[in-house]
Amino acid sequence: MANYKDIIANCKDTKGGIIEAYHALQSEFNYISREALQEAARVFGIAESEAYGVATFYSYLSVEPRGKYIIRMCESAPCHVAGADELLKAIEAQLGIKAGETTPDGKFTLELTECVGQCQATPVITINSEPLFNVKPNMLGQILAACK
Amino acid sequence: MAEEMRVLLAYADKINPENAEEYIKVGGYAGLEKARKMEQNDLIQEVKNSGLRGRGGAGFNAGMKWSFVPKNAEIKYVVCNLDEGEPGTYKDRIICEKNAQALLEGMAICGTAIGSKQGYIYCRGEYPFVVKLLKNAIQSAKSVGALGDFDIEVRMGAGAYVCGEETALIESIEGHRGEPRFKPPFPGVAGLWGVPTVVNNVETFACLPYILTNGAAWFAGIGAAKYPGTKVLTLTGDINNPTYFEVPTNYMLRDVVEKLGGGVKGGKKLKAVQVGGTSGAFIPEANLDTQIDFDSMGAIGAALGSGAVLVLDETRDIVDIVTRISKFFEHESCGKCNPCREGTFRCREIMERINAGKATQKDIDNILLLSKVMQKAALCGLGQAAPIPITSTIKHFGYEYNRKLL
Repeated sequence: MANYKDIIANCKDTKGGIIEAYHALQSEFNYISREALQEAARVFGIAESEAYGVATFYSYLSVEPRGKYIIRMCESAPCHVAGADELLKAIEAQLGIKAGETTPDGKFTLELTECVGQCQATPVITINSEPLFNVKPNMLGQILAACK
Repeated sequence: MAEEMRVLLAYADKINPENAEEYIKVGGYAGLEKARKMEQNDLIQEVKNSGLRGRGGAGFNAGMKWSFVPKNAEIKYVVCNLDEGEPGTYKDRIICEKNAQALLEGMAICGTAIGSKQGYIYCRGEYPFVVKLLKNAIQSAKSVGALGDFDIEVRMGAGAYVCGEETALIESIEGHRGEPRFKPPFPGVAGLWGVPTVVNNVETFACLPYILTNGAAWFAGIGAAKYPGTKVLTLTGDINNPTYFEVPTNYMLRDVVEKLGGGVKGGKKLKAVQVGGTSGAFIPEANLDTQIDFDSMGAIGAALGSGAVLVLDETRDIVDIVTRISKFFEHESCGKCNPCREGTFRCREIMERINAGKATQKDIDNILLLSKVMQKAALCGLGQAAPIPITSTIKHFGYEYNRKLL
């Protein structure tokens, strides 16, 4: 596993690269730790508060630990009319957590999202940004079982 | 007329979008070659003459936008807006997935016109696979020397609808919170890192190779005279054929639904169509005989916007859908300006009250007044457009609201 300091150092020559650094951190750790935030602030020459402000502005960035699999349920209008509410209830029931929470074993985090741009086959969920189409509650068992 | 007209998507699924050589075999990069032989002013004039207007939503003349860039600035940037966050919209993803090289060529044509050597593509965080595709496409174009000395870097956003606003997008590339800037100065004068910057949408850039290759007059002759060319639409909701289409801009909205879309799903009747994404107006069945172009949509109080078309059948609860939409805007408001931050919050609060059957006529009056304030006083398009779904549905579907009032 790469060290957070190396990941940030890799982006330091990219102008305005702090968001790129955050993406790189998240693809390794799924969230941005306090230590990584402090390091990013130092490397990019900004206040810690500003580094924190950037990390918390964007909904795909997280300063809280998240599960190995981040499931995002789209709530936007095209998915809403295709039954997103029922699907969300089914996912919450299967995982035993509410949106915004992580399962106790650290495997799944469930998040709500706005449109992910895959509206040809609604409702849509994404697992670690990979979109799944026309998802029905009865498909969830198989989908979750595929996450090892 | 019920046929598609494919220009940008003519070779969809026939060529590998990453591969510059395959694109060159079907006529690619000839437009850039032509552009390089032209004087900068003539090139800008050619784009002006084509009548190409922005495909991201605002509909500004592209050549005109370029002409605002000062000639004497040493460093200038070309920025592509691939942050399509408007719910129901995925046409820029389709253009990249089918014809990414046309986007790169278009950006290089813009670079030639304004004298810029560096482009940035800002891709939304929901599309990491498009980022990968574009990086490979750039690599391929570079390896055959197609882009010359023009460089393109891809940056990925992180899930913020407001970053589709050009100055918020610039802030985000700079590594800041994606909050819109006060305008003026406009990006053409002081944009990315304070230097002159042209920001255009994916679809706008992707039109350019075809304009250069076939000539401005050819493009100006397609579709609606004041908003010429084609438009890629994405059709969603209660429709038999939920997919994407490319049509000339004088195409009729009714034909989009009934012919391309194959009509409303399950043989039901149509209740409403929302054009332009979630910030667009709801259009009743009676207004369907309208061309999709920017000005025709404007004339019926709607907007072509991103080209998303959401179809709702007769069983849909408009108030429930608009309540959902009001939640979207509350979530996506960046919080910088008060009219939007507080306004989207109150809109959601009032809409939930109406939807729960706990509101009175006074709430309708208040939300209409609040909408006016937001449309006039919000800093950027997000806050200005947020009330449009509310006001357009109160106007056209007032009975749906009235039956939920106390």
